[in-house]
Amino acid sequence: MSKITRISGAEAVIKSLLKEGIDLIYGYPGGAIMPIYDELHKYEDKLNHVLTRHEQGATHAAQGFARVTGKVGVVMATSGPGATNLITGIADAQIDSTPMVCITGQVASHLLGSDAFQETDIIGISSPVTKWNCQVTKASEIPKVLAKAFYIAKSGRPGPVLIDITKDAQFELMEFSYSQCKSVRSYIPVPDYSIKQLKKAAELINNAKKPLIVFGQGVILGNAETEFKNFIEKTGIPSAWTILGLSALPSDHPLNVGMVGMHGNYAPNVLTNQCDLLIAVGMRFDDRVTGNLDTYAKQAKIIHFDIDPAEINKIVEVDVPLLGNVKETLPEILKLVNKNNHESWLGKFHSLYEIEYNKVIKEELHPTKEGLSMAEVVKEINIASKGNAIIITDVGQHQMVACRYARFNKSKSNVTSGGLGTMGFALPAALGAKMGAPEREVVAIIGDGGFQMTIQELGTIFQTGSAVKIVVLNNNYLGMVRQWQEMFFEKRYASTELINPDFVTIAKGYYIEAKKVSKREELKSSIELMMNSKKPFFLEVSVEKEHNVFPMIPTGASVSDIRLD
Amino acid sequence: MSELNKTYTISVYTENNLGLLNRISAIFLKRHISIESFTTSESEIENIFRFIIVVNITKSRVERVVKQIEKQIEVIAAFYHSNEETIFLETALYKIKSQSLFNEKPLQKIIKNSQANIITVSPEYFVIEKTGWRKDTEKLYYDLEPYGLLQFVRSGRISVSKEPMNISNILGLNTDK
Repeated sequence: MSKITRISGAEAVIKSLLKEGIDLIYGYPGGAIMPIYDELHKYEDKLNHVLTRHEQGATHAAQGFARVTGKVGVVMATSGPGATNLITGIADAQIDSTPMVCITGQVASHLLGSDAFQETDIIGISSPVTKWNCQVTKASEIPKVLAKAFYIAKSGRPGPVLIDITKDAQFELMEFSYSQCKSVRSYIPVPDYSIKQLKKAAELINNAKKPLIVFGQGVILGNAETEFKNFIEKTGIPSAWTILGLSALPSDHPLNVGMVGMHGNYAPNVLTNQCDLLIAVGMRFDDRVTGNLDTYAKQAKIIHFDIDPAEINKIVEVDVPLLGNVKETLPEILKLVNKNNHESWLGKFHSLYEIEYNKVIKEELHPTKEGLSMAEVVKEINIASKGNAIIITDVGQHQMVACRYARFNKSKSNVTSGGLGTMGFALPAALGAKMGAPEREVVAIIGDGGFQMTIQELGTIFQTGSAVKIVVLNNNYLGMVRQWQEMFFEKRYASTELINPDFVTIAKGYYIEAKKVSKREELKSSIELMMNSKKPFFLEVSVEKEHNVFPMIPTGASVSDIRLD
Repeated sequence: MSELNKTYTISVYTENNLGLLNRISAIFLKRHISIESFTTSESEIENIFRFIIVVNITKSRVERVVKQIEKQIEVIAAFYHSNEETIFLETALYKIKSQSLFNEKPLQKIIKNSQANIITVSPEYFVIEKTGWRKDTEKLYYDLEPYGLLQFVRSGRISVSKEPMNISNILGLNTDK
């Protein structure tokens, strides 16, 4: 029998991470987590720790990593401000169902509640925005709690977990043994679907004349892209995506009818209110998708595939709920549905697309105005990447434009802050994405506002040498807010104009190759230059200052009242 | 037509976890729902706790809230019931000056008629206990109030459902390995 050696709680943290197959952590050290960092130093050949420039950056980097790999992103931070700085990223991961484990240091257990230096109640603060959280005050609890943390973060509907470890528990000695968590008795990660409902759903699908699918990130999180494609191809149902469902189905798939929601495509929004059957697949009827609920798909029967029972009837009352992972439920329903096509119905999508193309898309992609449009920048990136890049977006006008016009061949290629709408997300998320998928091209498209919220992560990109391509679409405005001010607040531009620094100089200050473009003739060659670079590259594009994103469903309006201008 | 608010008793069976109270109360806070009463105690199953929460909201809101509660990792199951579907009680304690008992003739009659129990008597004060529905404990409160209540406290609702909840079955089907 092997002799059991006692190790510190801090070392137990590292060993537990290694047992979970973790080799990458984003974080920031500080007083209350120093014992763990000391152990990290000893294990640096096995565990790569990336020092971000702010703890928020660490969370978004971990999110970017998780979104492109499907693995759990790991974050470390110290107590107090280190921990509170994680909250935005944790809230973002919670609402966008991103698997993440955050480990925070905490003051020694005898100091808890004494307002000790850098003490904060991070368990209390993070409770509403974590899938699970737990404070550890004894070294012996560390392996079990971490095993549970990883299991909960990645199983079922994924989400962020925070583990807070007191400093004395990090120093305390313990006997280490690790076994992966396989179940928690009070937790059902994947609920069962009902056979009766499955049959009912199949019957509705077989009888539908004008069915429409709206799919979300559930397809990607379930690794069910193939199952989804098989399902739509057999049934011939036009399929629209939510912003987080983007890239689950290739852009050029004949049944891909575009994006639903506030700045989505004309056809799927208008036809949501004409379909006779709406099939929601792994999506949650966000208000940005549904518009006014009183007039949302009232004429249609609704089937809802979701892994989370709390999503059923949360926003929209559905006729048939189908619980479970779509990776399992879609093949089951595939057996019950008839081979079909809906050519004339699909034709309606095409003719509405023509209207949108002539009124909006054509001018966006091929502007006749002098100023550069955001969409033509995205178009050039599509051409240079051949649709194979991972596109990371921040929040605002550029995000809507990028999601509308970016082309994707592969899944897990669109990373954006959808639910929380976190400005500052893209730059650190792009770093995480590039580290998660180093073989792939990663292009971050960011506005000039959001870029300055986490601009310091240029330092992390430089230090890690990650070949992230950063495109800032600069209109010297908080463009989306300005658009709303123009449309709904009589052009009172309250605090939306930005007097910006010289971004190129800043990027160069971080030793990142940088270029600025403001003329159409230079756009293509500059994007090619950027894409051909093997190193990080910063490209600032001056775009039209006061340009509005259309189509648009104004707040409170019906999806079918989507405006083209 | 908008739905009417109604009183619902939410019963939650949970593992014993330090942060869970915070998580559950956050679900109500996030939705701006005020909690009328909240009690927690160990349940009929060892190490399993039971929360009883009373709210006055619409049926569709209580359904959604209960799903959010059930979604918490350490919640085993959550249920909601209307008043008709449960057997429920509250306990109230009333502290009164002992002198009043001798000076105020009607007081003795009130206590006798209310079927309340006298649980402590001292030269300075006495304490009576009344268990029942809200209207019973409230009636006694208003009856006693004119004679000078030193203290009054009412517990949260405790309740058992008429239908079985089958918690042991849920745990039996999905046991911790």
